[in-house]
Amino acid sequence: MAETNVTTRPGTNVTAQEAQRVPTAVPRVDIIEDQTSITLWADLPGVSRDSLEIKVEGDTLTIEGNVSLPVSEGMEPIYAEIRAPRYARSFTLSRDLDTAGIQAKLNQGVLELRIPKHQQAQPKRITVQAG
Amino acid sequence: MVTTLFPTNLFEEFDRLQRELDRLWSGWPAAIREVALDTVYPAINIGRTPEAVEVYAFVPGVDPAKLEVTLEQGVLTIAGERSSPIPENDQVTVYANERFAGKFRRTISLSEDLDPDKVEATYRDGVLRLRIARKAHLQPRRIEIK
Repeated sequence: MAETNVTTRPGTNVTAQEAQRVPTAVPRVDIIEDQTSITLWADLPGVSRDSLEIKVEGDTLTIEGNVSLPVSEGMEPIYAEIRAPRYARSFTLSRDLDTAGIQAKLNQGVLELRIPKHQQAQPKRITVQAG
Repeated sequence: MVTTLFPTNLFEEFDRLQRELDRLWSGWPAAIREVALDTVYPAINIGRTPEAVEVYAFVPGVDPAKLEVTLEQGVLTIAGERSSPIPENDQVTVYANERFAGKFRRTISLSEDLDPDKVEATYRDGVLRLRIARKAHLQPRRIEIK
């Protein structure tokens, strides 16, 4: 295949080498921040827990997963909206985030990642005492 | 009969098919309801065997018990609802809101030779797979020469 089929968006980081190997799709995400953490949800339909990989290297968080579908023998595809057998997306983490405390859950094809902030980065409420 | 191995060739085949369709249809005006293919939820792949049509609906984050699936005269409908996990208050900052939320309904016209009484539905990792058998008398048959 001469052309590759990779969608890149800001925040996405797929190397050309990887891209040539397997067509890769960018999973859709929701990301929110509250006082104590950042939470990310990613749609990864067809990705099992075993084929999901979440990596933190330096300040880069990468989510990768392979799609596997049960298929009858001799099936001939006739229409496809999901074409890439792999999902990948990377994010840059700021230093106030505690990468050691990341919690991940995969349920019904949705990944939920919670990245806590370091204690010192969490806002503190200062109580004003009545004088 | 059913393999759970990673179907690399299958995806290549889907990919090839889509390229062909893209090439064929690029430049043509798209149907008004199908313009935003990228945002369609759920995405659907379809395959066939001599005995059945197989539909894969990518429905991450939806409880399969709450999916409404009907097949009537060759028209398959998949409907349901997915709620957003983003809380509606000003205590949070939202950085990305790309995932579909709300009610959905997709209707696909399949061939009419399918048997609505012979549908196998399975759900795994956010993918609903429907295997719909063709009506027995319409399946290709090998004629034995005696």
